[in-house]
Amino acid sequence: MSALPPTKDTTPTGGRQRSAKVFWSQLVYIATGNPVTLIAFSLFLMIVIIAIFGPVLAPYDPLASNASNALQPPSWDHWFGTDNVGRDVFSRVLVATRLDLLISITAVAISFVVGGFLGMLAGYYGSWWDRLVGRMVDTIMAFPLFVLAMGIVAAAGNTVENIVYATAIINVPFYARVARAEVNVRRNAGYVLAAKLAGNSDIRVMALHVFPNALPPMMVQVSLNMGWAILNAAGLSFIGLGVQPPTAEWGIMVAEGANYIVSGEWWMAIFPGAALMLAVFTFNLMGDGLRDLVDPQRRT
Amino acid sequence: MSGSRLAIVGHRLLQAVPSIIGIIVVTFLLTRALPGDPAAYFAGPAANEESIAQIRAQLGLDKSLPEQFWVYVVDLVDGDLGTSLTTGQEVTDDILRRLPASLELTLAALIFSIGVALPLGIMAALRENSWIDHLCRVVVTAGVSLPTFFTGLFLLYIFYYLLGLAPAPLGRLNILYLSPEPVTGLYTIDALIAGDFDTFWASFTQLILPSITLGLFSLAPVARMTRAAMLQVLGGEFVRTARAAGLSRRTVVITYALRNAILPVITTLGMVFSFMLGANVLVEKVFAWPGIGSYAIEALIASDYAAVQGFVLTMAILFVILNLFIDIIYTLVDPRVGIDS
Repeated sequence: MSALPPTKDTTPTGGRQRSAKVFWSQLVYIATGNPVTLIAFSLFLMIVIIAIFGPVLAPYDPLASNASNALQPPSWDHWFGTDNVGRDVFSRVLVATRLDLLISITAVAISFVVGGFLGMLAGYYGSWWDRLVGRMVDTIMAFPLFVLAMGIVAAAGNTVENIVYATAIINVPFYARVARAEVNVRRNAGYVLAAKLAGNSDIRVMALHVFPNALPPMMVQVSLNMGWAILNAAGLSFIGLGVQPPTAEWGIMVAEGANYIVSGEWWMAIFPGAALMLAVFTFNLMGDGLRDLVDPQRRT
Repeated sequence: MSGSRLAIVGHRLLQAVPSIIGIIVVTFLLTRALPGDPAAYFAGPAANEESIAQIRAQLGLDKSLPEQFWVYVVDLVDGDLGTSLTTGQEVTDDILRRLPASLELTLAALIFSIGVALPLGIMAALRENSWIDHLCRVVVTAGVSLPTFFTGLFLLYIFYYLLGLAPAPLGRLNILYLSPEPVTGLYTIDALIAGDFDTFWASFTQLILPSITLGLFSLAPVARMTRAAMLQVLGGEFVRTARAAGLSRRTVVITYALRNAILPVITTLGMVFSFMLGANVLVEKVFAWPGIGSYAIEALIASDYAAVQGFVLTMAILFVILNLFIDIIYTLVDPRVGIDS
């Protein structure tokens, strides 16, 4: 898990090893105590493996069309059937995993960095930084977020990069809020004051003393947000923005299959849709599991 | 007591002003963010220097940014959102004509999701760890993971193609029927007002699948919040006292617990509306619903910028109004408001 290594560095050097140990034993405890979380982590591993090796695993070329073999229902040769130009749906679903994950991970990473930074400034300095960031966050949240994303893509141009930026922008408020709240309560904590007194600069205090402690709740936010980011990006490509055909991408594949569902060719839309659902489901479950790990009080 | 409530409502109305200013500034900036020269873009590929300059003057793009902003605001106050390239009509007219379709869909979805989510959450809290609690958990987790367009297509396949129960996904009303005399703009209600039950039934059956699709998506946060809030309130001392005093189970749950638990549920409705207005666009595309969402999609594909901007602005203003409405309901429902002061 990418979430774990930074947490190791959070505590002062003496307790580092011990806290990492506690964290791992807690992870094992929660994973074994709650089978759902274990399933979520296994699914996550599977999705990551498919994202990395998808093109190798795919039995057919995802772009090779074969008109004589179009619209075939699922069979042993084509597990998920073939689409309207005879491409293998199973291969396309596998290959699309990488693109979908890449879009949402990049978007979430950008909002994590930007939102975290802004939230930290607001929480640490307070006063007009706080008001400025608060106003920005409120303005973004004043829009229905998916609609704002549509507007941004329309204004900035219909490209995959802009889908990423739009998804990042609508996610910034969540990170800014979490970071602000977490930093704000620690601003006057003993160890922060001690670090300041020892002559550390504000930037150093923020980076090495405040930020690591605000990280765990933000990582939970990442996992809960990931699912939503995937849904948003797929939704945008479903309505024809961003990724263009014939690229294999879940949202587009559902859109292409949508026209055939009323005539009964369900496999074109249902399989990519199910893959999308499974990915989102995994991230949501994992977010709940991570939250249990970080904040035992809110365990459900 | 009512005076302090009024003051709170008034204060809340004032708080909406910065949001609206923010929305106007952002939508203005979005227009100016058009890649390249907007005038050349609007003039089309066949334009020469002269016609581009003409269009630039016509659009007011030769003025300074603050001046352009002023013009934009003045036009907005007039209700002028520009002309759509695809329909050739005023964007304001287009949107106003299509808005009732979207509102009818959203409203029906909201009724469905609250009607299911509230009882589900309450039952789950009353019988913690029973089958209904597990059902609630499954619904909540699945609900937020389901892509709206996927749910819609799935329901269509089952209820239209396999079972033949639902009508074809071709908008609000089968072409065999005439749309009812517009009073509210909502076909189902207008048909009832006109006393035309055939039309009512026809439009109602068209409405069922889209609104369930949209409702399923928004059901999760409401059910989750209801369950959590009810659990917390039911553990409270005043509930125990009420029970000990021998009040009926019904009174304890509905009057004592629910009235307090409903408050956090009302606050989550804000987020629910944000999801719903966005998901509206996707549902409208799946069911060929002639609302402002499908209008925006057509406009996006055709790069019809004024229409998209009008759509974003309308949705945002709608969202602010809904949030305002939620907050006002909150102050009216909250039993604590006005007692302290």
